[in-house]
Amino acid sequence: MIRVVLPVHLRRLAQVDGEVALDVPGPVTQRAVLDALEARYPALRGTIRDHVTQQRRPFIRFFACEQDLSHDPPDAPLPDPVATGREPLLIVGAMAGG
Amino acid sequence: MSRVRVLVGTRKGAFVLTSDGKRDTWDVDGPHFGGWEIYHLKGSPLNPDRLYASQTSGWFGQVVQRSEDGGRTWEPVGNQFAYDGVPGTHQWYDGTPHPWEFKRVWHLEPSLADPQTVYAGVEDAALFRSADGGQTWQELSGLRGHGSGPHWQPGAGGMCLHTIVLDPKDPRRVFAAISAAGAFRSDDGGTTWRPINRGLKSEGIPDPDAEVGHCVHRIAMHASRPQVLFMQKHWDVMRSDDAGESWREVSGNLPSDFGFVIDAHAHEPETIYVIPIKSDSEHYPPEGKLRVYRSRTGGGEWEALTKGLPQQDCYVNVLRDAMAVDALDPCGVYFGTTGGQVYASADAGDRWSPIVRDLPAVLSVEVQTLP
Repeated sequence: MIRVVLPVHLRRLAQVDGEVALDVPGPVTQRAVLDALEARYPALRGTIRDHVTQQRRPFIRFFACEQDLSHDPPDAPLPDPVATGREPLLIVGAMAGG
Repeated sequence: MSRVRVLVGTRKGAFVLTSDGKRDTWDVDGPHFGGWEIYHLKGSPLNPDRLYASQTSGWFGQVVQRSEDGGRTWEPVGNQFAYDGVPGTHQWYDGTPHPWEFKRVWHLEPSLADPQTVYAGVEDAALFRSADGGQTWQELSGLRGHGSGPHWQPGAGGMCLHTIVLDPKDPRRVFAAISAAGAFRSDDGGTTWRPINRGLKSEGIPDPDAEVGHCVHRIAMHASRPQVLFMQKHWDVMRSDDAGESWREVSGNLPSDFGFVIDAHAHEPETIYVIPIKSDSEHYPPEGKLRVYRSRTGGGEWEALTKGLPQQDCYVNVLRDAMAVDALDPCGVYFGTTGGQVYASADAGDRWSPIVRDLPAVLSVEVQTLP
């Protein structure tokens, strides 16, 4: 299972507590994880990436294994600890704003 | 006895205020969607327990929420606002063409005729309609496509479609207003549109009486007389007696003809309300005195309503969607400020009191009169 940590506002929107565990078929990439996340929680569609272009929203970041993966290609494999469920993929709202 | 429900959108969440018909004690429920900007909430006139809310965030974009129980519980519905076809461009601040980009929903207007239909006014300016209770949205692209769209420019607050007025006697007639493009009307249910800005004069644009380019802030209509419209423009309070075909200024003796809100009394079509604001760019009440102005003559002659409102050191703003009236007798009038107060008058404006006073900055106020 792939572990995903959502920012608090998206946890409330999806009505989940704590981490989300997702079954991701095939290669574990950003796109595959987000596809599985949005399929399980349709309310999250459009809040992390654009509905049509699939571009990450500007103030969202993807972290894992102490790395910023935000600028990696969406079809690049995620680090092995994420793919094997040892580490979570962190979806983070940038610290900014009033 | 009737009840009143006031729906308040703020910079950091939504609040639902309720009272009985006396309107002297209020229950405050909220915040709903804490931390999100709630640009607008509005209930269906056909099913008052069905509410819609525009929930938006710089981080997470747009969410539309729907309640079926008067705001106690909510569920997210559709949030995909895709412009019809190739979106094209409008003018950017520097005069260059800029692609239309969806940013947020400013205003939600449930249909007067069909409980499943609701309209959304969005930034970048466009009108969307849902026929399935907000699950899916389709653009009424005849508005952007009527010809002047490429020449529209954003105002300082963004290029937003902020006002949607439905004609209660003609379900095919829809009015919309855009900053900074002007007022528009459709007579065929939103398929085709034309500008209705004749008589508006705006000093901040190269041609003061141009067909489009006017910074309209808000339009009000009395349901009994839908051909009469009242407008608060960036400067000037205006009136039309022919459904927007022509406008004339009715600012009269107002201390400032700038402001954002305008609304009509529920039972007296010639009684209207504005809140004068000082501008350029100060955007607070003149002389630090928060005054509602009431005209009982459909404009032109105005009286200051001050009882219960701060008359010194008050520097809040009242934004365009932040005034509403109830349908009781006497008519209740409500408005919210950027200082977080919601003021109410249960006697058509004679006396005011804050029904809640320490909310986040108020973006919108709507009122439902319930049996």
